[in-house]
Amino acid sequence: MVENGSVVDLDEGTFSFTNSISMEDKKNVVIRGKGMDKTILSFKGQTEGAEGLRVSNAENITIENMTLQDSKGDLVKTMNVKGITFKNVKVEWTGKPSEKNGGYGLYPVQCQNVLIDGCIAIGASDAGIYVGQSKNIEVKNSKAYHNVAGIEIENSLYASVHDCEAYENTGGLLVFDLPDLVQKKGGFCKVFDNYIHDNNFLNFAPKGNIVASVPDGTGILLLASNNVEVFQNRIINNKSIGTGIISYYMTEKPINDKEYYPYPTSVNIHDNEYQRESVRPTGHGRMGLMFRFKLKFGKDVPHIFYDGIIDTKTLDAQGNTVLDKKICIRNNKNQSFVNIDAEHDFKTISRDATKYDCSLESIKLDSNEK
Amino acid sequence: MKSKLFVVSCVLLVWASFSFNSIHFSENQATAPKMNLSEYGFFVGKIEDQKPAEGIIPYSLNTPLFSDYAEKLRFVKIPSGQTVNYNATEVLDFPVGTTIIKTFYYPHDFRDASKGRRLMETRLLIHEESGWKALEYVWNDEQTDAILEVAGDTKEISYVYLDGKKRTQQYSVPNLNQCKGCHNREEKMTPIGPSVRQLNGEFAYQNGSENQLIHWQKTGILKDMPELKDCPKLAVWNKPETGSLEERSRAWLDINCAHCHNPKGPAMTSGLNLSIHENNLTALGFDKTPVAAGRGSGNRDYDIVRGNPDKSILIYRMESTDPGIMMPEVGRKTTHKEGVALVRDWIKSL
Repeated sequence: MVENGSVVDLDEGTFSFTNSISMEDKKNVVIRGKGMDKTILSFKGQTEGAEGLRVSNAENITIENMTLQDSKGDLVKTMNVKGITFKNVKVEWTGKPSEKNGGYGLYPVQCQNVLIDGCIAIGASDAGIYVGQSKNIEVKNSKAYHNVAGIEIENSLYASVHDCEAYENTGGLLVFDLPDLVQKKGGFCKVFDNYIHDNNFLNFAPKGNIVASVPDGTGILLLASNNVEVFQNRIINNKSIGTGIISYYMTEKPINDKEYYPYPTSVNIHDNEYQRESVRPTGHGRMGLMFRFKLKFGKDVPHIFYDGIIDTKTLDAQGNTVLDKKICIRNNKNQSFVNIDAEHDFKTISRDATKYDCSLESIKLDSNEK
Repeated sequence: MKSKLFVVSCVLLVWASFSFNSIHFSENQATAPKMNLSEYGFFVGKIEDQKPAEGIIPYSLNTPLFSDYAEKLRFVKIPSGQTVNYNATEVLDFPVGTTIIKTFYYPHDFRDASKGRRLMETRLLIHEESGWKALEYVWNDEQTDAILEVAGDTKEISYVYLDGKKRTQQYSVPNLNQCKGCHNREEKMTPIGPSVRQLNGEFAYQNGSENQLIHWQKTGILKDMPELKDCPKLAVWNKPETGSLEERSRAWLDINCAHCHNPKGPAMTSGLNLSIHENNLTALGFDKTPVAAGRGSGNRDYDIVRGNPDKSILIYRMESTDPGIMMPEVGRKTTHKEGVALVRDWIKSL
């Protein structure tokens, strides 16, 4: 059945598995169900293997029109695949969101040419849609809710996320660069035309995972990411951080990786629409303490949040950040800003965005390595 | 619904077996697998006695992979006249035509071998022109032969352990797709165990005990071996006289974890490298934050916290038998209590 170039058609119905399903060393294979919520692969009684479905060392694989549920670990992990497409796939942990749910819903890692289109991710205790250490990525027309992180792009190059809806997660959309990984540097990421709203779900990630430190009420969070453009998104009613731009130092975790670059640079945030109700930010965790005792915004929480920790190597002789490393914020509807000056223990918290009123060249996603 | 379920199960089974087909038999020169283990002629006398035929070399490893307390008999068949080059660090590069044979069994009573044993399965790794292939044979209840198995199985097994207590546990026979979950280096199937450091130890051959490397050198199999004193030797995890706490823990982690957790293995995405050759403390897990552990983190911050095994994710995942948490991900249904105790003691000592 699964020979190179074949299509695996799955019937309508619910099918239970106690093991992981795995496929490897394959080319040009389509695994196709009869539709989302029609063909359901359930791993509820899983006794073996961490993932639901695992694909590795393959080329041009498409998974479409099905629902996968309730694996012990990640639902669909694809590793080392050149050309992986998820189309109309729902990944979900049924029942109440719980830290006992698996980590990732859709989880391509070390893949190239990743397309996630029309997918839905629900209930992941880490990220619903998570693309890690990959290259050339498009995530579109997809939804993520009731996850800790809705959509996360991590240590990945040339990604675009657009026309997605991320809501009722702890954090809607994350672009992270983390240390100690094989693919060291992410970047060149475009996030546009998304609707990111009401991401106020209490964090239920098991501690230790990086997303466990994401505060509830986060819309978009850029962590140590470089060359990122965030535009034309609607970022609504995320109570703590509409859009955050922070360095790895904010995680308060040690950095041992000498090649790792912990600062966000070349970040361009423009033409987004912000809105929030007049409510207090999170009171939970370290971030909650910071909001309450250091930042003291009350209910007047700025939409755009910058930690103000800068790499002095990016400064010119006058002490200004050189243009191509700048954080630029311009022309957003209801724009408001704060630099919390975390580097100096929040001494000079400033809402003045004049220094960041600039624009950067639009990110080009054509990589030579395609 | 039932019939549909059946249909899809079949589809997926066929899918599994087809990927098995294409991995194992698509090449014309590859020999078809035999239905019964006995057909290979690896053993003389009663096959259940596992007496190797001529040219089949029994061997053991200093520190083996934990497999739910199963004991293992290991043999290698190297084509006559062929040799293996000495390699100080990697698994030996056996020539095409080599077969590695491993039989899993449980003594009825771990304290007394004379009470007999239950053979569970025999796994073969066959080195063909196109690469290594895995095959698996499950022993029948009569213990008279083992039969080719593709789809895997779970069996119940009872035995009396060293503490004199009777244990009953599930024993899982993997499906062939799972083999490569561990036997994988740069996405190619590879053997895991037989490296110089693992083979550098005594073995009780029929004609007396001898160091395995010396034996292999004498019989002309191992080429360009330096003097024995210059060959690396892995500590035996449960024999304190063979190495320090750290050396024995690293040996245990090397064989149990590093087949995936190495820079060319399936767990490379985690950045955690537990190979015996790793010297970077962060890559080894010291104060290293998890990457994609999910609930495998167990609410702990770092893989290894010096002095504190109960704050170390490594220990949490070694102790668990929940498939979403435990490490290794496959191949065990029980906790290796003695192995956990060793690594615990090591972390405590740091």
